[in-house]
Amino acid sequence: MRTKNTILFSLISTFFLIFLISIWKILATLQGLSINSFNIEITFIFGFLISLAHLGIGDRIKSIYKSIIFSSIFVFCDGYLVQKLPIWYNVGVFLILYFFTNKISKYTFIGLKEEHSTQVILFDFLTLFGILFFSFVILFPFYMMLVTSFKTQIALLVNPLDFSINFGQDIKDLFKSYFVIFKSYKFGKYIVISTIVSVGTVIITLLFAIPAAYAVARLNFFGKTFLSTSILIIYMFPAIVLVIPLYTIFSQLGLRNSIEGLLIVYTATTLPVAIYMLQGYFKSIPKELEEAAILDKLSWFGIITKIIIPLSIPAISSVALYVFMIAWNEFLFSLMFLDNPNSFTLSRAIQYLSGDAETPRQYLMAGSVVVTLPVLFIFVYFEKYLVSGLTAGSVKG
Amino acid sequence: MNDTLANTEKKTAYILTLPAVLLVFSIILFPIFANIWISFKEVELKDIRIPEPRAKKIVKSISDEPTKIKILYKLRNSSLIQEIRDVSFQDYFPKNFEIENLDPRCSYKKYNLKCEFGNWPPKYKENFQVIFATNDGSKINKKNLKSIKPKLNGKSDNILLNTNFTLKNFKKVLFENEFVDLLLTTFYYTFFGTVGSIVFGILTAQMVNQKFYGRTFMRSVLLFPYVAPVVALAYTWELLLDPNSGTLNSLLLNYQIIETPINLLGQKYIEISILGFDFKLRLALTTVIMFEIWRYFPLAFLFILARLQAIPKELYEAADVDGASPFQKFFNITLPQITAVISILFMIRFIWNFNKFEDVFLLTGGASGTRTLPINVYQQGFAISDIGMGSAVSIVIVVLLLMFMFFYFKLLGKRVDEN
Repeated sequence: MRTKNTILFSLISTFFLIFLISIWKILATLQGLSINSFNIEITFIFGFLISLAHLGIGDRIKSIYKSIIFSSIFVFCDGYLVQKLPIWYNVGVFLILYFFTNKISKYTFIGLKEEHSTQVILFDFLTLFGILFFSFVILFPFYMMLVTSFKTQIALLVNPLDFSINFGQDIKDLFKSYFVIFKSYKFGKYIVISTIVSVGTVIITLLFAIPAAYAVARLNFFGKTFLSTSILIIYMFPAIVLVIPLYTIFSQLGLRNSIEGLLIVYTATTLPVAIYMLQGYFKSIPKELEEAAILDKLSWFGIITKIIIPLSIPAISSVALYVFMIAWNEFLFSLMFLDNPNSFTLSRAIQYLSGDAETPRQYLMAGSVVVTLPVLFIFVYFEKYLVSGLTAGSVKG
Repeated sequence: MNDTLANTEKKTAYILTLPAVLLVFSIILFPIFANIWISFKEVELKDIRIPEPRAKKIVKSISDEPTKIKILYKLRNSSLIQEIRDVSFQDYFPKNFEIENLDPRCSYKKYNLKCEFGNWPPKYKENFQVIFATNDGSKINKKNLKSIKPKLNGKSDNILLNTNFTLKNFKKVLFENEFVDLLLTTFYYTFFGTVGSIVFGILTAQMVNQKFYGRTFMRSVLLFPYVAPVVALAYTWELLLDPNSGTLNSLLLNYQIIETPINLLGQKYIEISILGFDFKLRLALTTVIMFEIWRYFPLAFLFILARLQAIPKELYEAADVDGASPFQKFFNITLPQITAVISILFMIRFIWNFNKFEDVFLLTGGASGTRTLPINVYQQGFAISDIGMGSAVSIVIVVLLLMFMFFYFKLLGKRVDEN
């Protein structure tokens, strides 16, 4: 039993180490290092031996010294006997090994005797593996988006794997793609249009949604249940079904290629979820506050502006952020309604840019960075508000 | 007293909800009915522009006669296919103008030239010329004349409003449009995308539900693909997967994992042999599904994580006392607790993936075997410019979705009854 567990433990941890080293090698390759093989065999042998040695040595050496010794041996063998690579690469390998040996240091021979110990180990390593795997898979495209925007077409043709950024060059050369898209492709204008459309959508949506949500949450009227149930059903209705009739109607009314047209459509499509989210929150506000206000002879307008809105700032902000995000990211309607480059939103402009096969990829990526950064910034900064908005409104998407 | 109070409450409620209801009705519900209407008509993109009578005014001076002026109106019907009926024309002139040649169709009263041109067939063109002279012998200001624009009016049939209906669109959708292929592609895309995103959602939620350093950071990172704009992400993926100099192919070539680049987004099939069985995998479709899973698993993650955090700790403590293994805990405690969330998620994601347009459109444009029903709506409506067909396809989407929802709820209802 103990031998089996020992071998299993060593195998699991070794595979984890191989994964770590491989990711590091990929990242190093993308900095222009010529690494042509993962050398999995060597990593496997060393990883296995380190895991066994770790169990064998146990507590006889302080774990920090143990980690340093193991890491140094690995770096020495891997780095200087096998490949001639720059020092920063080997420092990275050392840190990975140090991290790895620290992770395995909590497993001992005694622990391996316990019930389910292999499953526990597997679960632990799967979690670790998952964290790293998903971080890599998610962040890698964003990382590539960012680095590509700082490269030039020629550099990428010479070595499609060299994404190292030369910080030594002139600021103008470094940010060349950004200068170009703002100067030659009018991205400044598109940012303004996108901002007007998104902020406008937020304002109009809130103006319409707050009174409606208040009525649904508080007042009794005929058709109330019908209204509140139909809100979500309407929200589930696919946008692609609306596209053709809206296109024909907007064409005949002359609303295509106009900011007003986009504002109307965006507001209508975000209203249902805004009402749904707000009425849920309004219901949680104690009724007594309003009863006092009614005694003070406040009208419904007074109640909403003086009592409801100040009390529900968190909910309103989360609705506002969520609506902003939807409007900023929206693509389908902007594709259908805008065909004049003077009225493009950012998303539509990038799609238009990509329609020209001659457009260098770094311009496309610079545009993508420009459209992505505000959303990610808002998301990270206001995460708490946005996450509640996402969970409530996430039927969309 | 109570009655009036209830009445004012009602009135207030209607005032408060009316703007929102009107807007949603006009932009969402009305178009849905309009869609049904259009789907039974033969309408093309060029038909939806309303035909207009147009006139281009050209002012020409006559040599040697400064008090006279020739005005040429280039009249035309803007539509190439539709007739305009009862075209009327009107133009104003300065107060000292007298007309020299009055067309029998026109009248000139109070310095106002009015004409009734009758019916204009499609593509109609006419050069209509009038000559004016000033009655007081003063010279004519050409600029002033040009700045006044003639007014034209006419009646035309709006193809959308007449009552000629046809079943042709639906016949075409079902029998001439490779419907089975379209349906299968859409189904693969929807089903595997949904299942994949839920599976990854469960894995990541389970992962983040444990304590580790940088957990909140991890939670934000996991939501990145969902909150970032689809345009940016789709083009980034396209560059990563590009067969010529894309990063993924370059990496695989560099490590000698493949010998020739794979066109992940442009190749319909790839032959794979596993254990001696050869089968064809729909490569581009698989890639598109991967993108979809990558982009939407964060939503499943968010839902499932919220549910996981609500599971009482006592359940796990009791299981620990009983000596349950981590896998037993997962399958016997966690999974049953999240089935309700998963079934809701499955429905929501299924519906939305079924309608997903942008992702496929941006990645492949519907080429190499990735043509789904929503892509077909766009292709029919705007690429082939057959609006009626596009509408019919979108109606088919709605009908299929309603059927899915009906069966799903029936199935769900049955399972609840059995329990």
